[in-house]
Amino acid sequence: MSEESRPLGGEVLTKPFKVLAGIFGFALLLIAIRYVFGIGAVSNLNDGYPWGIWIAYDVVAGTAIACGGYALALMVYVMNKGEYHALVRPALLASVFGYTLAGASIFVDIGRYWNAYKLFTPWYANPNSIMFEVAFCVSLYIGVLWIEFMPAFLEGVSKYKEHLPEFVRNWNVEGLRKTLNKFMFVFIAVGVLLPTMHQSSLGSLMLIAGKKLSPLWQTGLLPLLFLISAITMGYAIVIFEGIYAAVGFKRPIEMPLLTKISGVMPGLIGVYLAIRIIDLVVRGAVGVAFQINIQSLMFWVENALYVAALVYAAPVANRTKPKPLFLSAFFMLMAGTVYRFNTFLVGFNPGANWSYFPSFSETVITLGMISFEIMAYLYIVKKFPVLPKAEHA
Amino acid sequence: MEIKRRDFLKVAAAGGLLVASNAHPALARDPKTRSKDALGFLYDSTVCTGCKACVSACKQYNEMPQSSSSPQDPLWDNPLDTDSKTYNIIKLYKNGTGEIKDREQDGHAYVKRQCMHCVDPACVSACPVSALTKDPKNGVVSYNKSACIGCRYCQLACPYNIPKFEFEKTFPQIRKCQLCSHRLEKGEIPACAEFCPTGATVFGKVEDLLAEARKRLQYKPGSKQVYPVERLNGKAVAEREVTPYIPQVYGEKEGGGTQILYLAGVPFDKLGMPMLGERSDAQRSETIQHAIYKGMVAPIIFLGGLLYVVHKNTKDHK
Ligand code: SF4
Ligand code: SF4
Ligand code: SF4
Repeated sequence: MSEESRPLGGEVLTKPFKVLAGIFGFALLLIAIRYVFGIGAVSNLNDGYPWGIWIAYDVVAGTAIACGGYALALMVYVMNKGEYHALVRPALLASVFGYTLAGASIFVDIGRYWNAYKLFTPWYANPNSIMFEVAFCVSLYIGVLWIEFMPAFLEGVSKYKEHLPEFVRNWNVEGLRKTLNKFMFVFIAVGVLLPTMHQSSLGSLMLIAGKKLSPLWQTGLLPLLFLISAITMGYAIVIFEGIYAAVGFKRPIEMPLLTKISGVMPGLIGVYLAIRIIDLVVRGAVGVAFQINIQSLMFWVENALYVAALVYAAPVANRTKPKPLFLSAFFMLMAGTVYRFNTFLVGFNPGANWSYFPSFSETVITLGMISFEIMAYLYIVKKFPVLPKAEHA
Repeated sequence: MEIKRRDFLKVAAAGGLLVASNAHPALARDPKTRSKDALGFLYDSTVCTGCKACVSACKQYNEMPQSSSSPQDPLWDNPLDTDSKTYNIIKLYKNGTGEIKDREQDGHAYVKRQCMHCVDPACVSACPVSALTKDPKNGVVSYNKSACIGCRYCQLACPYNIPKFEFEKTFPQIRKCQLCSHRLEKGEIPACAEFCPTGATVFGKVEDLLAEARKRLQYKPGSKQVYPVERLNGKAVAEREVTPYIPQVYGEKEGGGTQILYLAGVPFDKLGMPMLGERSDAQRSETIQHAIYKGMVAPIIFLGGLLYVVHKNTKDHK
C-alpha cells in the first residue's frame, strides 16, 4: 500500500496558504470574543433561530462533504472494489479534517461546553434524543477516522524522516503500524457503521421541529434522504478533490478511476430524486412548492442543482471527460449543501417575529474553520504519503 | 464473484433494515397520557383584563431581572415576549378598531404565554443530556443547568418557542417557567395564579381544570356565573357575566396535550397559539428513532456483516 502513495513535497508557505492563515487568525480572534462575551456578541443567533450556519454548514453540510472516506470505504471494503485503493487516503484525509473541524465548531456553538462530557455519562445521556445519537456517533467517528488515517501518518514518519519536523523523527513506529494494520478491519467496519447512523440521524434531528419546518422538507423520510445524499456527496467530493488536486498540483488526473467511481452517481441521484418527489406527492406537499416565497425558491434551486448533477453525470461519455465530471461533482456538492441549509435554516420558521441571517463575525468564524481545514490538508499532502504516486509527473 | 455479491447483499440488507425499517407500526412509541396528579392552570382569555399582575408576580417570585423592549428607556420592564429574563407574558390580539373585547373582528383579546408543561414534551425528548425532565407525578417540566450543554436543541424542538437562552452571557443557561416548583414544594401555588386578581389564571389538578373548562363551555353567554379565583375549590370566587367562547379547550389534545389549558373568545390561531395535531412531535421523532435503533439490534447485525465482509476483503487486497 505504501508504494501507492507519496508525499508531494514542495513549499508549504505559499501565498494562498498565507491568505488562509490570515482568515483563520481573524476567526480565532472572533472565537476569543465569543468565549468572553457570549454567543450573542458575535452571532445573530436568537431564541427563534437557535441554530445558524455553525450547525447548518460546519456540522451538517460539513460532515456530509467529508463523507469521501465513508463513501470509498463502502466501495473498496464492502463492495470489494480494490482498484480504488489509491484514492482512499486522500479521501480519508479530507474526512479526518472535515469531521474534526465539525467537532471543533460544536464547541464554539454550544453554550455550556464545559458540560459536554455529560453526553458520555450514562445517567445523563438520553437515548431518546436524536441529538445524543448524533453527538455520540460523530465523536466516536472522529476517533475512528484518526485511527484509520494513522498508517499514512506512521509510514510518513518512518519512511520520509528527512521531510519531517524534529520531534517526530525519533519515534519508533514500525511495531505500532503492524499491530494497527492487523486490527484495521475492525476500525474500517465501525467506520462504515457510524456514518450510516449519524448521517441519517442528522436528518432525523429536524423531525422534532414538527410544523416549524416547512412541509417541503418535513418528512419521516428525512433519515433516508440525508443518508443517500451524504453518500452521493461522498463520491462527489472524491471526484471533485481528485480533479481539483491534480490540476492544482499539476499532476495527471486519475481519470479511469474517477470515471468508474462516477458510475454510481446517476443511480444514487436518481433514486434520491425519485424518493424525494414521491414523498412530496404522497404527503400532498407539492402545492407548497408553487407558492411565491423564499422557501419555494430555494426548494427549486436545491432540486435544480440535483438535476444539473444528474444531467452532467448521466451520459457515459461525460464521465470520461474531466470537465463535465468535475461539474457534476460540483453541482452534487452544492445540491446536498443547499438541501441541508434548506432543511435546517430556510425551511425552518419558528414564527413571524423571528428572523435570522448570519452576522459578519459568524460567517468569518465558519470561513476560518474551512480555511484551517484546507491548510491542514495542504500541509499533510506535502509532508506525508497521502496522494497516489504520480505515474509520470 | 457470486459469493461476494451475496455477501454484499447481506450487508446491504442489514443496512437497509437500519434505515428503512422506519414506521413499522409494532415499534411505534405509544402516546403518553397525563398523570392523575398532573398540575397546571386554566387560563381563560375572556376573564383576563390584561393587567399583567401575573407578569410582575412571576418576575418577583422567580427573582428575574427586568427586560426592556425600548432601548431609549431601558429602565422599564416591558418585554414583548417571553425571553431569558421573562418566563411569563401577556400578549395582545387586536383587529381593526379593537373596540369589543374577545371579538375577532374589530376586537381585542389577551393571551398568557409561558411553558405549557406538555404531556409529551418535545424539549424533554430532544435534550441529549436529560437537562430537561418531566416529573412523573405532577408533570412539571424542569431544567437542570448542571447537566445542560447549551446545544439549544430544546429551543428548536419546542412548538411554543418557550425555552429561552442567554445569548448575551459568558456562561449562559436556558430559562423557562418551571411552574414555580420552588413554591409548590412549600405548599404554595404558582405566583401567576396567586396574584391574578380576576381569576383568569386558576391553579389546580389538570383533571379538575379540564372539567371546569368543559363546564364553562356550557355556560350561556350573558348569564351570571361564579368563577373561581387563584385556584379551583378555593375560597376566592368572582361572579361575572359570561361572554361567548370558542368551543375548544386548547391544550386538551394539542400536540399530545398540555398541562396548561386555555379558553378564549377569539380563535386560538389568532391569539398566536400554534395549530398542532393530536400527535406530539416527540412521539413521531422517537417512533422513527426507535424503529431504527430499538435495542441496537439492527446496528449490531449491520456491524456483524460489515466486520465479516471487511475482514475478508482487506485480506483479498493484501
Ligand atoms: S411548552 Fe415547550 S418547553 Fe414547555 S414543556 Fe412543552 S416543549 Fe417543553
Ligand atoms: S440547551 Fe440544554 S436543556 Fe436544551 S436541549 Fe441542549 S442540553 Fe438540553
Ligand atoms: S408558574 Fe410561576 S414561573 Fe410559570 S408563569 Fe406562572 S409565575 Fe411564572
